[in-house]
Amino acid sequence: MADRVLVSTRKGLFVFRRSAPGWEMDSTHFGGAPVTLSFHDAQTGALYAALRHGHFGPKLHRSDDGGRDWIEAATPAFPADADGKPTLKQVWAFAAAKNGTLWAGAIPAGVFKSEDRGASWTLVESLWNVPDRARWFGGGYDEAGVHSIVCDPRDADHVLVGISCGGVWETRDAGNSWQVRTNGMYAVYAPPDEKFDPAIQDPHRMVHCPARPEVMWIQHHNGVFRSADGGGEWQELHPPVSNFGFAVAAHPARTQTAWFVPAHSDQRREPVDGRVVVNRTDDGGKSFRVLTHGLPQEQAYDLVYRHGLAVDESGDRLAMGSTTGGLWFSGDGGESWAMSAARLPPIYAVDFA
Amino acid sequence: MAQVYFTAHLRAVVSRTPVEAEAADVRGALCGVFEIFPQLQGYVLDEREALRRHVCIFVDGIRLANDKALDAPLQRTSEVYVMQALSGG
Repeated sequence: MADRVLVSTRKGLFVFRRSAPGWEMDSTHFGGAPVTLSFHDAQTGALYAALRHGHFGPKLHRSDDGGRDWIEAATPAFPADADGKPTLKQVWAFAAAKNGTLWAGAIPAGVFKSEDRGASWTLVESLWNVPDRARWFGGGYDEAGVHSIVCDPRDADHVLVGISCGGVWETRDAGNSWQVRTNGMYAVYAPPDEKFDPAIQDPHRMVHCPARPEVMWIQHHNGVFRSADGGGEWQELHPPVSNFGFAVAAHPARTQTAWFVPAHSDQRREPVDGRVVVNRTDDGGKSFRVLTHGLPQEQAYDLVYRHGLAVDESGDRLAMGSTTGGLWFSGDGGESWAMSAARLPPIYAVDFA
Repeated sequence: MAQVYFTAHLRAVVSRTPVEAEAADVRGALCGVFEIFPQLQGYVLDEREALRRHVCIFVDGIRLANDKALDAPLQRTSEVYVMQALSGG
């Protein structure tokens, strides 16, 4: 079980550690600076933190000693001749392939690869140059962005990425070519004739079951979807409370179990009736349980962003952070939650490390 | 020699201020400083080598428009201030 959680916030990175009494804040880093995402590379033990300085742009830092010391790594950068003359606004996704290649997703919606643990980055131009990119558009930010990268633990060349708003794309040759994978998704925010256009789908977050990577889950802008065949077909699920939300976490081994955090709606990005809840399914989405024990059940306006929910490798421990700085931990698969006493800045992401 | 001053927010990547620079314009002066403090460049300029949107530059007491600041001419005794714009906070 993981005993450490990286909490990325509007004002720094907070590391929480589990001890006998429970989870406690262990250290803080990058005080005052927006940390938009952090990532633990389980193969190397390295930690990565993506910063987005308000004045001085996005930056990337790495720690090789468990978070005590950080060095500034190279920041992914679009090449000078990239179509549209893009500039990096934010690193929005990390993943590591089994061969050690580090993948990063960005706003605008570029994907970058590093073979040297972030010392240098290369834009995956094949995806940047797909003609469909002309129809992608921003979701939550001014420009489209890559927020989810799923590396197949069996095959380093097999990767899927989720884009808001640009659908789901798959490569089986390490990024040389890409195919769109949105069959079954639809967009209620588009005119009727455009609702099935793959290039305008808005998967808010995409994850897979690490033990069975062909089982995938998506919290989409207008629904929840599951695929049993690696994204070939997506079946819509019907969770209680609301089908709107951002976060999803997949059980590391059980293919039928996943967690979602519903929010009211596109128009009201807050909990339904002021109650923070987590939806869990244990039967592949046929049914859900609404988990509330330990979560605020009145006057709560916590929104959980797409990277604000994480599960550890045991499947028992979960962490969840909100835009109003609420932070909760569960040690029993979400049956009960304990709230951190810390009054944190707005939380962008949580990750077990 | 022009004197280039940097906001204290950049102290981690430019360890002293001011830095002297011999250049005909702001871009040249900054390039001279980047040779001494290479990590600084990515904080002041983006990957297109444009001034970051929320960085502002004053030359001899005049705040320059963001898109014209790098081309602004310098006198031998000019004082250049590289500051964070409050808009980015």
